[in-house]
Amino acid sequence: MAELETPLFGFRETLPRTKEFRRIVRVFLSRKIVVFGLIVILALILTAVFAPVIAPYDPYDQNLYDVLRKPSSKYFLGTDAVGRDTLSRIIYGSRTSLMIGVVALGIAASIGLAMGLIAGYFGGLAYAFIMRLTDALMCFPMILLALVVAAILGSGLKNVMLAVGVALIPAYCRLLCGLVLSVKENDYILAGRAMGASNLRIMFLHVLPNCFPPLIVLMTMQVGMAILAEAGLSFLGIGIEQPTAAWGSMVSDGYQYLLTHPILSFAPGLTIMIVVFAFNMVGDGLRDALDPKLRGTI
Amino acid sequence: MTYPYILRRLLQSIIVLVLVSMIVFVLMRLLPGDPILIYVTQGNLESSTQEQIDLLRKEFGLDKSMPAQYVNWIARVIRGDLGKSILHRDSVSGEIARRLPITFFLGMLAFVISILIGIPAGIISATRRGRWLDTAVTTLANIGITVPIFWLGILLIYFFALYLGWLPVFGYTSPFEDFWLSIKQVIMPVVCLSVFAIASNARQARSSMLEVIRQDYIRTAWSKGLRERSVILGHALKNALIPVVTLIGMMVRNIFGGSVLIETVFNIPGMGRLAVEGILGKDYQVVQGCVLITALIVLASNLVVDISYGWLDPRIRYK
Repeated sequence: MAELETPLFGFRETLPRTKEFRRIVRVFLSRKIVVFGLIVILALILTAVFAPVIAPYDPYDQNLYDVLRKPSSKYFLGTDAVGRDTLSRIIYGSRTSLMIGVVALGIAASIGLAMGLIAGYFGGLAYAFIMRLTDALMCFPMILLALVVAAILGSGLKNVMLAVGVALIPAYCRLLCGLVLSVKENDYILAGRAMGASNLRIMFLHVLPNCFPPLIVLMTMQVGMAILAEAGLSFLGIGIEQPTAAWGSMVSDGYQYLLTHPILSFAPGLTIMIVVFAFNMVGDGLRDALDPKLRGTI
Repeated sequence: MTYPYILRRLLQSIIVLVLVSMIVFVLMRLLPGDPILIYVTQGNLESSTQEQIDLLRKEFGLDKSMPAQYVNWIARVIRGDLGKSILHRDSVSGEIARRLPITFFLGMLAFVISILIGIPAGIISATRRGRWLDTAVTTLANIGITVPIFWLGILLIYFFALYLGWLPVFGYTSPFEDFWLSIKQVIMPVVCLSVFAIASNARQARSSMLEVIRQDYIRTAWSKGLRERSVILGHALKNALIPVVTLIGMMVRNIFGGSVLIETVFNIPGMGRLAVEGILGKDYQVVQGCVLITALIVLASNLVVDISYGWLDPRIRYK
């Protein structure tokens, strides 16, 4: 931090928190692409919440008089093979994707965090076992692991969330373990212990908060990964059950009509891409803002 | 090269190997449905009596305790027996042996391409930081890590096969049968498989190069009056590549994961497709074989990466 004066008599002027927060916000919003990502994410949340208001048609309403219509003023993105409005289905699909992203993330983060925290904090045998287990989980391609877990649990939204969540665990465990190992070397942890604080207290009140910045970055990016994984599962026909609107299965359904109606595949796929891109860019922006060392390098 | 480091890594890998086999075993036992009943109904043996079913159960060792089943299973796997496929009426190891080379062929191409394009792109963009070339590479790389690869496959099929008619729509031919047809069929799947790896290599190479060229020894190299070529290639490159090498193990994993989707899109009879068919057809012996073999390949490549990492970065060996 360049603004700081040289330490005088061992005292250091610390910047007020509000100033630090403002700096983070300023850096975060300084790149246009990050602002774009933020707007897309806000739009996604609003779309998911207000889907019934925004969607021009019922996404499940099969209108057999209007099958496979080209895009027009009546059907903005055309209709699919059973006469459902593509735009409305994409709008409703945002609910599926957002829910998967958030819930899978919650599952992965809570289990992964607990594992990483225990491994990093206690070290020794716990560390060895949890890290080898993570290594083992990391040998399975994410989509293959999610595929098998989805087959065990059966299809359906809830199970897909769980499957994707399980597949995302190792990343958290690894990251947090590394962070905890470095954070626990700090003097304030030693001070806490000297004051007689319990392990739980130190872990949750002193170690965990200091691991937050890189965690927030990973979590943001993992929402995108979860959405991609769900899309992949639905594309293979193992995710969400029909007729629930999900972007991945829309791409797969449209694939059969690629020659005559490419928009049926193109539109939902493009939506997935824009949404995942937005989460990645916001993650990048957060990293730049929260980690001054890395600013502008990634 | 210090041997204790290699030895330690080998020992860790053996522990991971045991854990991998346990995870596969437990996952497969958790799959719904009684394997014997699936075997009986799908194998058109519906007329079998209860005694025959019990006999089959005994024959497959499914009447024993879980640990005993695990030991039996491991003993069979070590002998190369991965069970029988219901759908393909053949041994799973035979089916995998037929299909793995196809996935391997596509995966190797994607792997090599992603290194040859991704790393130089990242290095060049780091040395031209802030210029248009850097902006172009960074933007493309950011798109590359986001695009759903199955959708990219469909886009490519639409433009290059259906619209322009330059490439065959899908399918697979062995390069030993018809070389040119094989190359034509392989172009689009390989592009899809490598796009994520190219992009993440470029991002990683760029960021670690930017980290390295800030170091003092690079400033020294510049002030000695060296040309850009020798500063970047002679002094910076080796150190910048260290973090990129760690990504390679992940790349192998991601390419195998990607082949699950891409082989479905392009109708390629590789191992990824085999796994999906196994899941959809409840042919769990096949799924088990595919998952196990994939994990073993990833584990082996991770070991190679870690050992070469210790050679590249001597600090690692003494940790």
